[in-house]
Amino acid sequence: MKSRTIVEKIWETHVVAEPPGAPALLYIDLHLIHEVTSPQAFSMLRERGLKVRRPDLTIATMDHSTPTTSRELPILDKEGAAQLAQMEKNCADFGIPLYNLKSDKQGIVHVMGPEQGLTQPGMTIVCGDSHTATHGAFGALAFGIGTSQVGHVLATQCLLQAPSKTYAIRVDGALKPGVSAKDIILAVIAKIGIGGGTGCVFEYLGSTIRGLSMEERMTICNMSIEGGARAGLVAPDDTTYQYLAGREFAPKGAAWEAAVTRWRKLASDDGAAYAHELKIDAEVLEPMVTFGTNPGMGIPISGAIPDPASVSDPLAKSDLTNALKYMDLEPGKPLLGHPIDVVFVGSCTNSRISDLRAAAGVIQGRKVNPKVRMLVVPGSQQVKKQAEAEGLDKIFREAGADFRESGCSMCLAMNGDQLEPGQYSVSTSNRNFEGRQGKGGRTFLASPLTAAASAVTGVVTDVRTLL
Amino acid sequence: MKFEKIESKTVVIAVDNIDTDQIIPARYLKAISKEGLGEGLFRDWRYNPDGSLKPDFPLNQASARGAQILVAGDNFGCGSSREHAPWALTQNGFRAVISTSFADIFKGNALKNGLLPVVAPAEAHTELLRTPGAVVTIDLASQTARLPTGRSFEFPIDSFAKQCLLEGVDELGYMLAQEAAIAAYERAHPSLVNTRSA
Repeated sequence: MKSRTIVEKIWETHVVAEPPGAPALLYIDLHLIHEVTSPQAFSMLRERGLKVRRPDLTIATMDHSTPTTSRELPILDKEGAAQLAQMEKNCADFGIPLYNLKSDKQGIVHVMGPEQGLTQPGMTIVCGDSHTATHGAFGALAFGIGTSQVGHVLATQCLLQAPSKTYAIRVDGALKPGVSAKDIILAVIAKIGIGGGTGCVFEYLGSTIRGLSMEERMTICNMSIEGGARAGLVAPDDTTYQYLAGREFAPKGAAWEAAVTRWRKLASDDGAAYAHELKIDAEVLEPMVTFGTNPGMGIPISGAIPDPASVSDPLAKSDLTNALKYMDLEPGKPLLGHPIDVVFVGSCTNSRISDLRAAAGVIQGRKVNPKVRMLVVPGSQQVKKQAEAEGLDKIFREAGADFRESGCSMCLAMNGDQLEPGQYSVSTSNRNFEGRQGKGGRTFLASPLTAAASAVTGVVTDVRTLL
Repeated sequence: MKFEKIESKTVVIAVDNIDTDQIIPARYLKAISKEGLGEGLFRDWRYNPDGSLKPDFPLNQASARGAQILVAGDNFGCGSSREHAPWALTQNGFRAVISTSFADIFKGNALKNGLLPVVAPAEAHTELLRTPGAVVTIDLASQTARLPTGRSFEFPIDSFAKQCLLEGVDELGYMLAQEAAIAAYERAHPSLVNTRSA
């Protein structure tokens, strides 16, 4: 039998029909929805008199438009409140379970799914959100879709889909202290560029990836889209099964044993072919930070800001020139020591308990620089509860940071948490596009360790100097 | 709606990696309908912080009025999956975007909204970037774009997407018609989770 990748194996078991001259009809095992990209899909269902085919394979949460202030307070933003009310109505009308703002399971859709045990190896998972690749950490084929496709999945539980190419990203070697999963993925994107994975699914392989926890794997898979790939995954192993065992929606008893037997067959076969391959040596990685206006504009933290004069392609040159102008940075200079105004620890990339522990470990016994506003936004109510049980909330608050309610928050600044024009942030989120964290705001993407270290000093800081 | 041949002048935004946050900023995503998204198109590139128009931005120039073809740099539409991006473009009259490559999710969203992503070879693309306002003809049936200088090029498109656009096929209708196959798949493959069980 031909050697197959995990992507091919998952694909083959989910093809419902493959008519000639048309893309495959692919079955979707789990559909996650949130308030921002679903309302127009529900309107379409109503207009056409359709129902949701499988509400039992669909689950909703509220995350993008949700305030991170106390849940006791009313929602001041009328549009945001209307969108959340519409989500309540849509879920009630169509019988879809919803983790609303009163639920202790509410959270960022890509934090909630895994922590509830909904995300499982071998599944096809979609969501109207480009960071759906996060769920690939469990060996699921998970990707973001548009609102029209949200409607297609609600109505048919299927997608029309052509297969993607596979792109092997092999990371080997031991990470140095102060270097984390976020630095691996920022290094990958800096290397291949933000369009480097277009048309592909990334499979992350190698000893470094095997040694990572599930939360670290989620950080890496999460940013596959920043490398242009719609999905990215890691074959499941004992780390995966240990994480899943006993979670709310994970199989139990004999079903669990059967599932693990099935999951063990998912890994790519020896000799499976990939369209592209990239090798990363983890030993030489430094903490990474972005300087520009796309996630591919990243450098090792001790590096210099690139000079447009050294770029020959005219559009690439003007891209870099414009980025430095927007960021008000000088080529050739280091980013280390650059003053900052805000630190954001949060987002579907880095808001899980291990991220909060990492940041708290740096903050503990220190103070947030008085010039810096630090927001810590747990990814979910479950993460928040765990952080409080461990006393992390106290560490953050005593240091002068703001420990808030769960949601997407300043990652995309829809909910009122945002930068002022001209402000600089060190952010653990995934995008540094112009205005992403607020109109005129400037973002340096980095790990939770780098973010916490920079919060203490008030400037972009190499966490290794504080360890 | 059937996709007709386009003959239009172009408007050129000579920038690589235009992300969907620039095409329509997140603050416009609080809408619960598709209406009125057009005003969000390239909002922060079109307007100064004080609300005045930036006269230099290509879309703000009088010559851009009525243009149905947008020419942009490489990797157009990267980033967020928001379908609000093609909605905002079509609400401003655009029917095609020409670039050297498109981000996957944007491309899929565009095709579902009658917005044609046209991948041009480097030389033709360079010529288009240099000649804003050039009148370009795009014929989907022959997958050909023709420039005023006489240069023409063929562009790739998935055959099913092409058929859907040309014949005005409703993709969801096509999927719903496969009910028997979907039901058979469901009988053979028990669900892996039940979100309503907890």
